[in-house]
Amino acid sequence: MKIENIGDLKALKEKHYPLIKQRLGHRNGLGLTQIMVCSGSSCVSTESQAILRELERELDEHGLNENVRVMKTGCLGFCQHGPVVMVHPGEIFYCRVKPEDVKELVQTHLLEGRLVERMLYQEDLTGKRIPSINDIHFFKAQERIVLQNCGVINPEDIEEYIARDGYHTLADAILNKRPGEIIDIISKSGLRGRGGAGFPTGKKWEMTAAQDVTPKYVVCNADEGDPGAFMDRSILEGDPHSVLEAMAIAAYCIGANQGYIYVRAEYPVAVERLEIAIGQARETGLLGKGLLGTLFNFDIELRLGAGAFVCGEETALLHSIMGARGEPRPRPPYPAQEGVWGKPTLINNVETYANIPIILRRGWEWYQGYGTATTKGTKVFSLAGKIKNTGLIEVPMGTSLRTIVFDIGGGIPGGKKFKAIQTGGPSGGCIPEKFLDRPIDYESLKEIGSIMGSGGMIVISEDNCMVDLARFYLEFTQDESCGRCTPCRVGTKRLLEILKRITEGHGEMEDLDILERLSLDIRDASLCGLGQTAPNPVLSTLSYFRDEYIAHVRNKTCPAGVCKGLFSYQVDEEKCIACGLCAKACAAGAISGAPKQPYRIDPAKCVKCAACVAKCPKEAIVKGSDKEAKINENAGIFSGTGSQESRAAL
Amino acid sequence: MSDFINEEHENITGIEKQAPDRITDKERNRYRDLDNVIKEYIKKPGHLIGILHKAQEIFGYLPEEVQTYIASKTGIPVSEVNGVVTFYSLFSTEPKGKYEIKVCLGTACYVKGAQEIMDTLKENLKIDEEETTQDKLFTLKSTRCIGSCGLAPVLLANEDVYGEIAAKDVMKIVREYQKGEKIEN
Amino acid sequence: MKTPEFSAGPVVRRAGQLYDNPEKKAEKIRLTIDGREIEADKGMNVLEAAHAAGIEIPSLCYLRHINEIGSCRVCLVEVEIKGARVLQASCAFPATEGLVVHTSSARVRRVRKTMVELLLSDHHRECTTCIRNLNCELQNIADNLGIRNIKYTGEMKQLPIHNKNSFIVRDYNKCIKCRRCEAICSKVQEVNVYSAINRGYDTVIAPAFMQDLSQVACITCGQCVIACPTASLTEKECIDSVWEALEDPDKYVIVQTAPSIQVTLGELFGYEVGTVVTGKLVAALRRLGFYKVFSTDFTADLTIMEEAHELLERLERGYKLPLLSSCSPGWVKFAEHFYPEYLENLSTCKSPHEMFGALTKTYFAGKQGLDPEKIVVVAIMPCTAKKFEASRPEMGTSKFKDVDWVITTRELARMIRQAGINFRDLPDEDYDTPMGIASGAGAIFGSTGGVIEAAVRTAYYLTSGREMDVLDYEELRGFSGLKEAWVELKGRRIKVAIAHGTGNARKLMDRLRAGEQFDYAEIMACPGGCVGGGGQPIFGTREHKEISLDYRHNRADALDRIDYSKKLRRAHENPAVKKIYEEFLGRPLSDMSKKLLHTYFTPRGESPGFDFGGEKGRFAGHVEENLHPVT
Repeated sequence: MKIENIGDLKALKEKHYPLIKQRLGHRNGLGLTQIMVCSGSSCVSTESQAILRELERELDEHGLNENVRVMKTGCLGFCQHGPVVMVHPGEIFYCRVKPEDVKELVQTHLLEGRLVERMLYQEDLTGKRIPSINDIHFFKAQERIVLQNCGVINPEDIEEYIARDGYHTLADAILNKRPGEIIDIISKSGLRGRGGAGFPTGKKWEMTAAQDVTPKYVVCNADEGDPGAFMDRSILEGDPHSVLEAMAIAAYCIGANQGYIYVRAEYPVAVERLEIAIGQARETGLLGKGLLGTLFNFDIELRLGAGAFVCGEETALLHSIMGARGEPRPRPPYPAQEGVWGKPTLINNVETYANIPIILRRGWEWYQGYGTATTKGTKVFSLAGKIKNTGLIEVPMGTSLRTIVFDIGGGIPGGKKFKAIQTGGPSGGCIPEKFLDRPIDYESLKEIGSIMGSGGMIVISEDNCMVDLARFYLEFTQDESCGRCTPCRVGTKRLLEILKRITEGHGEMEDLDILERLSLDIRDASLCGLGQTAPNPVLSTLSYFRDEYIAHVRNKTCPAGVCKGLFSYQVDEEKCIACGLCAKACAAGAISGAPKQPYRIDPAKCVKCAACVAKCPKEAIVKGSDKEAKINENAGIFSGTGSQESRAAL
Repeated sequence: MSDFINEEHENITGIEKQAPDRITDKERNRYRDLDNVIKEYIKKPGHLIGILHKAQEIFGYLPEEVQTYIASKTGIPVSEVNGVVTFYSLFSTEPKGKYEIKVCLGTACYVKGAQEIMDTLKENLKIDEEETTQDKLFTLKSTRCIGSCGLAPVLLANEDVYGEIAAKDVMKIVREYQKGEKIEN
Repeated sequence: MKTPEFSAGPVVRRAGQLYDNPEKKAEKIRLTIDGREIEADKGMNVLEAAHAAGIEIPSLCYLRHINEIGSCRVCLVEVEIKGARVLQASCAFPATEGLVVHTSSARVRRVRKTMVELLLSDHHRECTTCIRNLNCELQNIADNLGIRNIKYTGEMKQLPIHNKNSFIVRDYNKCIKCRRCEAICSKVQEVNVYSAINRGYDTVIAPAFMQDLSQVACITCGQCVIACPTASLTEKECIDSVWEALEDPDKYVIVQTAPSIQVTLGELFGYEVGTVVTGKLVAALRRLGFYKVFSTDFTADLTIMEEAHELLERLERGYKLPLLSSCSPGWVKFAEHFYPEYLENLSTCKSPHEMFGALTKTYFAGKQGLDPEKIVVVAIMPCTAKKFEASRPEMGTSKFKDVDWVITTRELARMIRQAGINFRDLPDEDYDTPMGIASGAGAIFGSTGGVIEAAVRTAYYLTSGREMDVLDYEELRGFSGLKEAWVELKGRRIKVAIAHGTGNARKLMDRLRAGEQFDYAEIMACPGGCVGGGGQPIFGTREHKEISLDYRHNRADALDRIDYSKKLRRAHENPAVKKIYEEFLGRPLSDMSKKLLHTYFTPRGESPGFDFGGEKGRFAGHVEENLHPVT
């Protein structure tokens, strides 16, 4: 149906809102049960769609289609516990559901009216089962504003989006407000670009609106390339219309009629959701010619990336939209002045756009209520690495890192010690424990040598080597460098070579000075943000974990026991019972001993495959620096560099 | 081409450009599909990357001939087309195996042992990254973060995603595909 | 090598400017550079503004209006401006009112050094055996910055060296990824052979699929060689073959020099740009041991005779118009690749040096009683394209090639040095006769506009019996690379056009395709004509390459001075030319002329090696054959 005025929108809202209300926890006597199956990429790849199909089949079989609705919903962020299925009323949260469980779910919950205990979330400390999402600490501790629709609505149904006030803001904007007014509200709210640079969004809109050249363009940067970051992806998969609406509002403000969403091709689910959303918006007249009876035209085109991290950089992205190599160019001129095809272009990140309708609806003063003095609002962060609750969270700016890691994140699994948290992806730095109580905002992170970036957070434990991690990040940025400017093209290569040498035990003390010097020069001289921030992991680890570097270089050891060749296996003579199982397991014939005498490992022959470690019944074989060699069942032998010799049949 | 040098001109790139004299029906249909794609995309500016995505879907990869064909049809210089193809990781100029095995080496997967998985695969399949097994069954690649960090470490076999796998179990997954092949045959 | 200065000879505006008229009044702004307040034009970047004030900021990738990408990061300066990063590439940062710039603070010097060190760490530093030794921009900057050791050593690429074609050698290991070759080939020449291939450290600037230049639609003009700051792109030398011929007692080695050599060779021996060194050129060639030292200007005169008659014949019959000149082999190859439907418009005249070779081995051999197979013709050319041209099968007979070896101005200078000849001390000598007698019209062949002026001088005379004055050109829509004028011939007004640089040729040819009419066009592949050819001297010690590109005016002016200084100014007055027609050729466009002095052309397609359409093409009759852009 075509939406031609605010009245149409309101009518749709009225129609669907009761369903939404129930999902928000209201028992409004609908006489209906709603089952929401999480359909974000993570859950999709663990068969949530099969769950969906099974549910539909079961409901059919039992003739329950009248009173039970099954639908997709966006990512709730608790990925560690996926696939997730929510049942309403009651906001019942089922986790780790498998297609085989559906029969039981239908039988027990729907037909017998009882909860399936074993699929409910189980609290770590107490072991209690918690049925409702509202009582789960992971969710209670968050402030889900940008993500408010994810997990609540069906992203493939525009009417559900409208039911939650979707597109009402756009209607209000183009019917009742002037562009200047809207830009003013955005500026006052203090919203800053969520892609990483933190540029004041209102100012950018103002700059682009002030240009006298036409046509103008609105672009959404959905090229979320930071490894470990999936905030934008979840928004696109769970609430794509919020981005479309925001882009339309932006276009109205700056005087554009064409928008582009540049999305990674590695996000096929997001691409599909966007295509469906754009199609539905066009059908209902919320995209295209003459929106809501006005003369304002606006349409959006999807442009796919093709696998280049550097295309997340503004000017590189614009070149990619124009069908060229994604190579950045010097600025000025800025995209606001000269963007795609030389025309003024507004380019913002997905999360930035997702904030817009909310700010306009609830007011800039309300938005200012969250955050710190310099950084307002909330931020979506992705938690990954050595943390119990990997997933997506949204908290107000100014929350401390400690809260995020230990409170919401649940701390480090396996009782391991926290070593550092890496923020901002490969462009960011590693933050050690001493800064954990810092409130997160753009400035405070910069002060300690890191950046907010797009919001990726990787937690690092004592079992990770910081030098190896720096090397890993450099390998990434080196591979993704576009090759245009000397410092990034050649400089990061040289940095990487030095780091490789150090991790292989061939580093010298002066290498540390060279690393530092070269890093600073690369940071100062590079053409674009990729090169300018590529040395951050090196600089921050050199700064906070210098002792690890020194150990690698001077003592030729790796304290974390990661870098091959820089640690040795030894038999703890006190624990050894001379059973000889290790010697039998050793393929290299490096272990020798006799009954009643502790066995010995010959370091010259040892290939560090750790087969003996696995066999020893007394856990008597340890790594050179008195660390216990532990085997992590879930994730291979050791975290970090692997090498061919170290394969063992465990 | 006339001999333009005073000595024998050797095929410098070593790439065989001798295509068979006539095209097969299958190829002809593929090129027809490509023509339709180009007709559609050329209406909008900046169309090259979209065309290349579709062309790769049609042909499976982007050999020199297809790149040159796209260049001649769109008026974009072939050097530019090749420049774009070689810039982006998702475009492949080599034919791929039936199953593309991609190991995610994003940070979250890396800190959970993705490198081990990659090394195991390399050793057992006896190929390096970007290479294809002799029987053309598997192509091994690393991939950037695909956003399933909650399931780290992650491995993809074509569209199928395997999460939280241990290096020791990865060959079991591979053997499933090999078995599948045997049954098919 | 001492940096050549510009000559102070009279300036005749024939060659035209390559860029927009600099006399256009620009708004002035004031900014502070290194503590000095200076004035600059609005719209300049900081690099140019500094240069205008006499401050030289080193750069490697910058070519004004052609390559302004700020990628080498050598020209970094510190700017004080709120909100912007402190270090900026001066070639890409606009000079604005009140800007404060520091071009050589300690930080700038240190970072600049690091940039060059990084480049050097990835460069095959074989300077002593390198063709650009002492004339290389990278070497020059490294020297200026005082780099004594390179801290960052690591992998150095081992990429191929493509040296199997006859005209240009590509050494990928010396490339510093400045992209100037790509820029000049795409933006100025509009041939689009090069692109960046691959990404990051593995980037190479190469033709598609890293083919050799002979396998793609390269027009062999050599502008990329001129643009390259290092020895990554160089001419294919054949000096050794010339020495071999000279040392062979059985062979008669005859040399001819192109018109523009006499105004450019001097630069390689420390003379100012635009110095006429004809006399010394001849003397040097004699001392090298050539049997006869002749001038291509002579056959330029012959070309004029043939082409003027061709023009009149076509005008009479009203067919195959416009007549397009064909003495620029780069342009000819360009037409063969990109505008094959106009190949029949090209003048069938061979280029002058090929005519020379043909006549030497027939007419001159006959006169001297020499066995043509013992004659070796060497051509000194400003051109890499002529190297390719000489190897065309149509340039010669089954028994001999018209021209055996083509060497560039640069190669000649090397030969002179190899022989230990002190060029500056040579006396002035004259060309041998008869094939060394040339008019001023032949001399001006070497710069853009020269061919058409020379041809029209003769055509005018042939139709009216009177001599004409210099033509006045009207700039075409503000482009100086593309001009047009009206000429009266026998009561008929004909429209002539001039284009130099194949980018401008494209514009002209596209207008022709769109239906525009004109009668005669002179097209030179190289911007400026032969004075800017791919074989001319390259400046490695200049701070700013864009200045060295402007040298073409001075060289062209020198050719004009030669023209003015001669008594013999018109081709049809050349006694040697008259004689050769009397004794041998008969008349212009005779059968003998057609056999020796005229040629044919071959369509080559935009992607040689990939044949999609046509009768024999792979897709013949099977897939849609329209190879123009689908609209």
